[in-house]
Amino acid sequence: MSAAPTLFFSEEIARGIRECGARDYPNETCGAMLGVDGERREVRALFPLVNRRDDSPRNRFSVTAEDVRAAERAATEQGLELIGWYHSHPDHPARPSEFDREHAWPWYSYVIVSVAAGQPQDMTSWRLADDRSHYLPEELGAPQGK
Amino acid sequence: MAIKLEIPTALRPFTGKQASVEFEAATVGEALKTLTTTYGDLRKHLYNDDGKLRSFVNIYVNDEDIRYLEKENTAIKDGDTISIVPSIAGGR
Repeated sequence: MSAAPTLFFSEEIARGIRECGARDYPNETCGAMLGVDGERREVRALFPLVNRRDDSPRNRFSVTAEDVRAAERAATEQGLELIGWYHSHPDHPARPSEFDREHAWPWYSYVIVSVAAGQPQDMTSWRLADDRSHYLPEELGAPQGK
Repeated sequence: MAIKLEIPTALRPFTGKQASVEFEAATVGEALKTLTTTYGDLRKHLYNDDGKLRSFVNIYVNDEDIRYLEKENTAIKDGDTISIVPSIAGGR
């Protein structure tokens, strides 16, 4: 992994993530990001999912193994890869929590959108360090120089 | 007995980008031990500091979750496929 990885996505994708965050507020939203990971990593499609944490959906999200498999199938059908996950932090900054880090997988991009009083705010992206000790910030870029 | 072990995308950087590997093993536990011995950097992503499988790591034998079988003692036979399937969690 390079020192400063970048995750590329269009304004339409960014808007889609923000809209999911606003729609599911005050609960956390979650979904998969489908795209390509070659010379650069780019999100091409979103795969919104249901937050399975019925007990504490306002500060936790959960995606089951079956949902992960469904997201992988959707990616394959579109000629894409499952490259990461997005979720919201309702009334909380768009920074990964200790809980996020403890439950993260390597390699995936993890996008977090902050939603304050129902309004989407900052969006950030992160990747887990290979030794699991911390998250590395990922730059957000527009595709094709847009 | 040769079994196939499918590696999720997120862990392939630790297996030389291989999507699957084949090992001789009699149980799921043996297969995972061989996997994490062969590819040592994988271990911390599958097991916690107590040596237990992490809660978000799901192991299937031919599409059956080992939690509903004999967990890591689940016997495997020639031609079986073991899959490591992530579940995803987080929150503020």
